Amino acid sequence: MPTSGTDKSEPICIELDDVVAGYGELVILNHLSLQVSRGKVTLLIGPNGAGKSTALKTLFGMLPVRHGRIRLDGNDITGAAPRDLLTRHGVAFVPQGRNLFGRLSVYENLELGGITLGMKTTRERIPEVLERFPCVKNRLHSAAASLSGGEQKQLEVGRALLLRPKVLLIDEPSVGLSPLVVQDVFLLLRALADAGTTVLIVEQNVRSALKLADEAIALASGRHVLHRRADELLSDPDLDRLFLGGTRAAGPIP
Amino acid sequence: MTRQPRWLIGMVGMAALLVLPPFLRSYGLYLLSYWLVFVIATMGLNLTVGYAGQASLGHAAFLGIGAYSVAIVMKAGCSFWLGLPLSAVLCFVVGLGLGFPALRVQSIYLAFATLGFSVAALLVMRYEEWLTGGTSGINDVGRPSLFGLDLGGNLAYYYFVLAVAVVVAALLRGVLRSPWGKAFTALRDNPIRAESLGIDVRAYTLLSFAIGASCAGIAGALLASLVQFVDPTPFGLGVSFTMYLMVVVGGSGTFFGPALGAVVGVLLPEWLRFAQGWYLTAFGVAVIVLMLWLPGGLLSLPDRLKARAIAASRPRT
Ligand SMILES: Nc1ncnc2c1ncn2[C@@H]1O[C@H](COP(=O)(O)OP(=O)(O)OP(=O)(O)O)[C@@H](O)[C@H]1O
Ligand SMILES: [Mg+2]
Repeated sequence: MPTSGTDKSEPICIELDDVVAGYGELVILNHLSLQVSRGKVTLLIGPNGAGKSTALKTLFGMLPVRHGRIRLDGNDITGAAPRDLLTRHGVAFVPQGRNLFGRLSVYENLELGGITLGMKTTRERIPEVLERFPCVKNRLHSAAASLSGGEQKQLEVGRALLLRPKVLLIDEPSVGLSPLVVQDVFLLLRALADAGTTVLIVEQNVRSALKLADEAIALASGRHVLHRRADELLSDPDLDRLFLGGTRAAGPIP
Repeated sequence: MTRQPRWLIGMVGMAALLVLPPFLRSYGLYLLSYWLVFVIATMGLNLTVGYAGQASLGHAAFLGIGAYSVAIVMKAGCSFWLGLPLSAVLCFVVGLGLGFPALRVQSIYLAFATLGFSVAALLVMRYEEWLTGGTSGINDVGRPSLFGLDLGGNLAYYYFVLAVAVVVAALLRGVLRSPWGKAFTALRDNPIRAESLGIDVRAYTLLSFAIGASCAGIAGALLASLVQFVDPTPFGLGVSFTMYLMVVVGGSGTFFGPALGAVVGVLLPEWLRFAQGWYLTAFGVAVIVLMLWLPGGLLSLPDRLKARAIAASRPRT
């Protein structure tokens, strides 16, 4: 049963209500209900295959919802297309893995990121995004594939920020990045949330991510198993046993 | 840095296309015009196949729709200048329709679906005699005149086709260089990534077919007036395959690829005629060797040579 340690007065930004979704016939999210608070960093954890990525993809309209509703700020967004979520609801999504178009230049990738904004606005905003990512700034006309993994991830996040999203969904941003770069990305997410953005992040790097997050939600087999404050969970002596499946993979910096 | 030489070659080629034709005999002019028609059609297919990554084996059907539109319109006593835009628009609409299977299936399945469309179009051309004249086709398709300038002569018509090719190329280049054009490439490289940026995958898939088809429609219109006769033969399944081949051989997803691909697809068979009965075999062998040696197409040759030069200049370890 979902246990809730969250302050109930917290305004809810995203709400999944009894959602069933998956791939074709295959059901992955099995009557999943969860709530994400506005302006907070919420960490979504769970073992491999629990359905974390599937939950984000469903939320972002990339997979059909077969049952249940999804609400954003109280509005029903069930079945909304990614494009509508980006343009009308201010939701941006950085999927798991590599998301750049390797053969296009850094600048072209940014332009594509703003395709829903119109080119005038996009070109105005590109410089301000680049300010946050100096390493990318000097490589504007290189092919995106020529950036290092960390630079690529920063560019992906930058590209999402072009849209000035109210809600940022980000799936395992730390994969393949060095601990220092991971810290940079985490600090950036923290800063975004402090500025009012709702951040929903999936991370395997549970310990470091808990330090940055406000709240944590755990999934197992497509169901909600826990929702607690991040600091509480971090100091819980049972953390490892509960969620890390006994592995020690979650240490922040080896 | 292969860009500059590539453009330079393009400019030299263009100059040759402008200056040399008056010295050609009419067969040479005809062949060159024929090549340009296929360059236009293949540029369209390159958008569908090369840039947007949609397998289409229905392109000859659009060439046919364009050609028959002009022939029928002119037979009805209307002007070529009505037929030409009509061909483009009609093919755009039909192309949009052909895009729908692509929303459900991809790769080889999509290829078969488009092949089916090609067959259907061919059947209409062959058996709907009231409309298309059946196997005997439509005779005496005229050539237009432009602002009092008669395009009836082979040389004048050649320059007209060249001008249309340049305009179509410029328009396509404009599209492809814009961020919207980059969205086609995004679609090909990874539809899921493209979707996560809010690129409307459905709309772009359909558009890639529609724009590609309307290029073929324009090419078909020009072809009808070039040959001054339309029958189903030039729009058979083999032609769809040949055009696909032109895209791949030229270098799919490269801007100048179609021009080179059409050299291989249209002119090479002519040059190989000396081999007589063996010319198809020679053509096939040439294509196989080329694809094995240069899987990226002819336009990847400069990069290939450069990589080799760099490798050679590096001390062996
Ligand atoms: N495109 C797909 N088609 C079919 N099944 C899929 C697809 N993507 C994921 N799955 C299945 O859905 C289940 C949940 O996958 P999901 O990617 O949501 O897990 P996850 O919690 O993100 O795991 P990880 O920590 O490994 O990223 C898995 O069993 C997986 O095999
Ligand atoms: Mg995942």
